[in-house]
Amino acid sequence: MSKHIGDVVLDVQNISLRFGGVKALTDISFNVREHEVRAIIGPNGAGKSSMLNCINGVYTPTEGTITFRGQTFDHMDSHQVAAMGIARTFQNLALFKGMSVLDNIMTGRNLRMKSNLFLQALRLGPAEREEIEHREKVERIIDFLEIQAFRKTPVGQLPYGLQKRVDLGRALALEPQVLLLDEPMAGMNVEEKQDMCRFILDVNEEFRTTVVLIEHDMGVVMDISDRVVVLDYGKKIGDGTPDEVRNNEEVIRAYLGTSH
Amino acid sequence: MQTTFPRLLMQHAKQRPSAPAMREKEYGIWQTLSWADLAKMVSHMACGLHQMGLQRGDHLIVVGSNRPRLYAAMLATQALGAIPIPLYQDAVGAECVFPINNADVKFCVVEDQEQVDKLLEIREQCPQLAHIFFDDPRGLRKYDEPGLASIDELMAAGEVFHGLHPDFVAEQIELAHPDDVGAMFFTSGTTGNPKGVVHTHRSLLDRAQAGAEFDRLGPNEEVLAYLPPAWIGQNIFSYAQWLCCGYIVNCPESTATVTIDLKEVGPTYYFAPPRVFEGLLTTVMIRMEDAGAFKRKMFHYFMDIARRVGPAKMDGKSVGLIDSLQYALGNLMVFGPLRNNLGMSRVRVAYTAGEAIGPDLFSFYRSIGVNLKQLYGSTETAVFVCLQPDHEARADTVGVPCPGVEIKVADNGEILVKSPGLLKEYYKNPAATAEVLTAEGWYHTSDAGFIDSHGHLKIIDRVKDVGRIKGGANDGAMFAPKYVENKLKFFPQIKEVVAYGDQREKVCVMVNIDFEAVGNWAERRNLPYAGYTDLAQKPEVYGLIQDCVEKVNADLAEDALLAGSQVSRFLVLHKELDADDGELTRTNKVRRGFIAEKYQPLVDALYGGATEQYIETQVKFEDGRTGSVNATLKISDAKTFAPVGKAA
Repeated sequence: MSKHIGDVVLDVQNISLRFGGVKALTDISFNVREHEVRAIIGPNGAGKSSMLNCINGVYTPTEGTITFRGQTFDHMDSHQVAAMGIARTFQNLALFKGMSVLDNIMTGRNLRMKSNLFLQALRLGPAEREEIEHREKVERIIDFLEIQAFRKTPVGQLPYGLQKRVDLGRALALEPQVLLLDEPMAGMNVEEKQDMCRFILDVNEEFRTTVVLIEHDMGVVMDISDRVVVLDYGKKIGDGTPDEVRNNEEVIRAYLGTSH
Repeated sequence: MQTTFPRLLMQHAKQRPSAPAMREKEYGIWQTLSWADLAKMVSHMACGLHQMGLQRGDHLIVVGSNRPRLYAAMLATQALGAIPIPLYQDAVGAECVFPINNADVKFCVVEDQEQVDKLLEIREQCPQLAHIFFDDPRGLRKYDEPGLASIDELMAAGEVFHGLHPDFVAEQIELAHPDDVGAMFFTSGTTGNPKGVVHTHRSLLDRAQAGAEFDRLGPNEEVLAYLPPAWIGQNIFSYAQWLCCGYIVNCPESTATVTIDLKEVGPTYYFAPPRVFEGLLTTVMIRMEDAGAFKRKMFHYFMDIARRVGPAKMDGKSVGLIDSLQYALGNLMVFGPLRNNLGMSRVRVAYTAGEAIGPDLFSFYRSIGVNLKQLYGSTETAVFVCLQPDHEARADTVGVPCPGVEIKVADNGEILVKSPGLLKEYYKNPAATAEVLTAEGWYHTSDAGFIDSHGHLKIIDRVKDVGRIKGGANDGAMFAPKYVENKLKFFPQIKEVVAYGDQREKVCVMVNIDFEAVGNWAERRNLPYAGYTDLAQKPEVYGLIQDCVEKVNADLAEDALLAGSQVSRFLVLHKELDADDGELTRTNKVRRGFIAEKYQPLVDALYGGATEQYIETQVKFEDGRTGSVNATLKISDAKTFAPVGKAA
């Protein structure tokens, strides 16, 4: 029954990030093991998204290193990150609202397409063959996420919960080894949250994808994560299994406050 | 018919191996399964089930939506002489316990994780349930339950066996006799446990064939299988008739995509209950209201023509040159595109059944050129008892007895049916069988009705609800409350109706207005109102309802039998009937007896001749608090008409 969690794939060492005088992250270290669901939690402004942005190459950390599959970087390049098999979704959605669900997910295949712009524009033989191949992959994702009914619908017309699912679909189209999810359940109702949880767990199990997720909803995090990192004011205050974190004094103080 | 389901399959596979048998939309593409592919799939599955120990006469449960491999599982079961029982995929686990134990089921073939979870949850209560096979492995990877395996594994094992014993399946199929039990369907009884309706190969196939001949269905029909396979109608349309005619059954991609798939498939033979037709019409109307002014005008202009000309055209009558030309133009501009949008541009025969359909709704579809008809039947009769012939479809009848069927009206008005499609028995329930099936082979439908002057069967009510008028001008006349209520409810302004008249000298009704429709109507007339109670008591609203009642009376007067059910007096209730207050059942049927007790003063006033009555009613709010509503209700008389039959 239990899944096999492997070796460390992503190792973050002593990361600090400063914007002028603002210390967004201070000396953060943690690692992510193959095939686990790893959560990063913390109150508002704790530095969760900044952490993800460092891994993802959007921000360049002021100090520290990130090791991915044995290769150590002092900063990541977002193109290179995607090519290495790390995909992400966005807290505030960054979909092409006017494009259909199908086309949005298809954009996620971009890195895997070999034919050049010229061939693609003229739909010449190799480009067309390639497109059919990619379309098949995309269709499998559509099937997986159960959004067949909205294949041709412009994304802007879909309810928020479904847009989130499309966002996940686009990240999956990259066939990532590591999936970074930035608040995948923010703004959803209970049913949508349950659906999303199921998709995340299914991705983790069926595709053996390693998942790193940021989440506000403690209940959700504790249910689906294998290990949890807790940040507060840019510092790591806890790291461990959901049970360990739940009983961590400092975490309780950060979340609930204590009487002095 | 001297054949069985698996024999028909093998016949198709032999005669037209590459013709398509089924399609399923998967990964965005319609994937075709030919008759030969299907026969191979069924053979492998049958061998696999045989190896697992499925015996002749055993029962196997199939739970899931319309998937080719689930239909193949039914055929494989029948090939071994075992009996498939389809169950409703949305039934909860507890509801499956009785059928599984009643039929001593050891084998299940199910669609996906949801169904597997459901069965595992009740496994303790059904200890004999040894094998569960699933179609879609998603989410089931980590399950480690004894006897749980995928259909893929089952078929792989079967393929090996089939290789070693290539004649096994054919021999097994030959062993079966048409009078062997072919399938069993559980009907949801309103009281007590469900009953297993046992059908033979012959009863199902005979009716399927009769229906197919009636509508001249051939191998080129396209059908979309989207209703639950556990329902006998779905089973006839996309299983029995599919094998009889050899046409193509299309399985939708998912339940959410049915309307899209409908448009893509363009079925030629289509079935839907009235609520589906109503839903489609509502969508059309809403989209038309949102359309531009020009389009909207054009739509309404041509729909007027359609209403005037369409039904007559559908009935095969000539309508004159001008009307014909106008209709043809409308067809080009509006009806054709509309049919296409509804996925009905190729529909040759469409049926609705199950409940009464409103005349406006019914004629809407016929007026835009969809050959919508009605039929009458039930699980016990393998569907086809009565069918409406082309050109003779009407909203208030259910058609003429179809070939092979004999109909008799009992003294109490109950319809009795004799047909080759009748059930063999209720499984392990001789008492219930004896109740509905007489020694001479008549089946008691428990529906009351009569054959009208055109030879069409008209259903009026359940027998137990039909009453008699006592005393007064119509002494002894039949009173069919549901028939009267339904007729009134077809008006959009009326939401609910309760009719009284049994053992009384005249019929009186209490009406609930439809707040939205009547509110809208009032606003367009600049009629101010302060809320539901106020609106309901407006003299104008009484006038509106009176018109409806009198139209119904005029209609009832045309039937000598039902003329006595005309409504003499009515009132409009001050509050909506609500299930929370116990006035409706949870499925929104009126509880006549309860309402009569609760509103005793109103009933007395209706019959006592008063013109108004004060009433105070307790109501329960959604949050559980209670309050009271009081009002003085007016009571109006309605004009009744002399029966047409008597006057002549």
